[in-house]
Amino acid sequence: MKLSEKFLQWLESRTGLVKLIVSQAVHPVPPGARWKYVFGSAVLTAFILQVVTGVGLLTTYVSSSGGAYQSLKQIDSSQLGTFLRGMHWWGASAMVVMIIIHLCRVFLTGSYKFPREANWLTGVLLLGLTIVMAFSGQIMRWDQDAIWSLVVGADMAGRVPLIGNWLAHFMIGGEVLGSDTLSRIFDVHVFVVPLLIASVVGLHLYLVLYNGVSEPPVPGQTVNPATYRSEYEDMLRKKGVPFWPEAAWRDMIFSVAVVAGILLLAWIAGPHKLGKPPDASQVIAHPMPDWYLLWFYAMLALLPHSLENYIIVAAPILIVLVLVFIPLNNRGERHPVKRPLEVTALIFVISALGAFTMAGKQEPWYPHFNAAPLTADIIGASSGPVYDGAMVFNEKGCIYCHTIEGHGGKRGPDLTYIADRLTRNQLTLRFMNGAYNMPVFAHTLTTTDTEDLLEFLSTRKRPGYTVGKQLSAVRSAGPPSQAVSTASEGLAIAKSKGCLGCHSTDGKPMIGPSWKGIYGSKVTVIINGKRVVKTVDENYLKFMITNPDVWIVKGYQPIMPKISLSPGQVDKIIAYIKTLK
Amino acid sequence: MKNDNENMLHRSGEADFGRRRFLSRVGMAAGALIAVAMGLPVIGYILKPSLPKMRRQWVPVGQINQFNIGDTVFVSFTNPSATAWAGVTGKTGAWVRRVADSDFIAFVINCSHEGCPVRWEASTKMFFCPCHGSVYYEDGVVAAGPAPIALQRFKVRVRGGQVELQTRPIPIT
Repeated sequence: MKLSEKFLQWLESRTGLVKLIVSQAVHPVPPGARWKYVFGSAVLTAFILQVVTGVGLLTTYVSSSGGAYQSLKQIDSSQLGTFLRGMHWWGASAMVVMIIIHLCRVFLTGSYKFPREANWLTGVLLLGLTIVMAFSGQIMRWDQDAIWSLVVGADMAGRVPLIGNWLAHFMIGGEVLGSDTLSRIFDVHVFVVPLLIASVVGLHLYLVLYNGVSEPPVPGQTVNPATYRSEYEDMLRKKGVPFWPEAAWRDMIFSVAVVAGILLLAWIAGPHKLGKPPDASQVIAHPMPDWYLLWFYAMLALLPHSLENYIIVAAPILIVLVLVFIPLNNRGERHPVKRPLEVTALIFVISALGAFTMAGKQEPWYPHFNAAPLTADIIGASSGPVYDGAMVFNEKGCIYCHTIEGHGGKRGPDLTYIADRLTRNQLTLRFMNGAYNMPVFAHTLTTTDTEDLLEFLSTRKRPGYTVGKQLSAVRSAGPPSQAVSTASEGLAIAKSKGCLGCHSTDGKPMIGPSWKGIYGSKVTVIINGKRVVKTVDENYLKFMITNPDVWIVKGYQPIMPKISLSPGQVDKIIAYIKTLK
Repeated sequence: MKNDNENMLHRSGEADFGRRRFLSRVGMAAGALIAVAMGLPVIGYILKPSLPKMRRQWVPVGQINQFNIGDTVFVSFTNPSATAWAGVTGKTGAWVRRVADSDFIAFVINCSHEGCPVRWEASTKMFFCPCHGSVYYEDGVVAAGPAPIALQRFKVRVRGGQVELQTRPIPIT
């Protein structure tokens, strides 16, 4: 007998582990799973890589608010240290990616159905714990991004009713950032959550063995809890193959590819760059979450602001509830071809997350503080009021939010051809009163500034394009019925009198109520301090246009100026408003 | 194993059953007691930093004559409650404007939306938030973006030619 066999015999007689492990390794699994079943083991591989590289990094990392940044610099100062941090960063990304793919696969193949509901629930728990690791991991990279991301996280926790304030201060370890802040994140990232993940992974794997690997779904073959187990065991007896090595070889090969990918990326792209020091007195910062939470970051900027409190608190709860309750539907078809609704829902969720992530990368709401100033070439003048106006545009921050010929921010509308859309009066109204998401500039611009700015913006037009052309296009579009021509005249009057500076025609709230759909609707107006509900008809509109300061629509300021209009012009504007359904 | 268990249970009588039920309850109670005895002090300790209110203290941020009337400038200071090992994380700042002779306004640097640091742009006379694009006028009132309320303020006083701010928690909106 060989020495190694003797050792195995001894081990089996003293521990019973050899038979146990071998019998589990060769447990029968359904045939034909092929490559789509490899992602779960890839998550485990990535987790092991995170533990190993984490242990390595901890030999240098210091878990103190005052020392962590220097220790990270120390890690980055050697090539191997940078590489290790790179492995940990790409390993984290791989773990998140693999867990998402694994979840989608389990969802698509209906593997969460009877009897594997508990497998799904432990998987959902692991997903949650992984997100906690991802977020706390970003904080562990203790730089400027980290402290502000933590403050943002705490601020969001602060929206929870009743205990919000307490929860926020619990997260940052006091009422201000300080030495307790990083220590608790460290505790969570290094001890609490990894231990939980390891335990739940154990449970998850036990359940995989207990319930068996789900067989690849076949359209028309439904899950019936009363008969499923006996059918499954029958199938295994007839067609089952040993997990090791018939199925496991694919898991092993794929895991090799994942590890190789992580190593390669760590080598070529390196770790996430360490930012500026974690000093809250350095206010020139541009905090961004790591990629896995960019979608949420984008949502916060793009949500209707009034809904934010509800969505920040309710959305996570809703997501958890949906994930937890998915296996309630635990019978019936498993094949995606027979579950179009579920497949559509998944595609919708994935596209929404993808779209928000891309929006988060582009940040169209971000004021471009470093936008290159407009040059004489773009301005088309090197002196005079047009040039001066462009300088006002550069200096007063217009360029942070508005683009002209590709220069500037994307927060507000592109102004390259603004003179085609707005008259000088309308522009002035915008400067003075602001607009939805645009500040008031009345006290920032001098009269000369305003004049110069108007001169400059008036030159921003498409060559050979006039507002008149647009109108004549409307007229020549068909046989000019009386109503159409009256309405289009109304539009022209509304434009020239500046009405559209405050009233949108597409439903967007501006300084005044939008005209879209207003005709025939009911509005609440304040008359002598009392609320009165009015129906918007011709008489109402006539009264509001000619007496703008008597009835004030609820929620709006009493700032509409009296505009000189002939009775015919008022009628035409009303005719135009009627067309905006 | 399973057969052994059944054998053993089969051998036992009524008296054993009652005794074992009692002992099993004792065992579980002992486990719970251990968990509480170990857990409570730990939980209490973890929750502690967030319970007591921080001490509000006045900190000097500069001589009064360093501030020009009408200008908004950044001042930084270290939280008096910060420990030595908090390092630069113990530092913070404020946007201070001298409105009149001894009349000062000091804004917290945190956007009222999610707490990101706002920056003052002197040319536009507005505060901008780099995270989700909130904008505030020079008096802290919201000008644009998702910010729900105005920028919060520090209490300011002038003592012996020094401008002093009263420390305050990070605003959670």
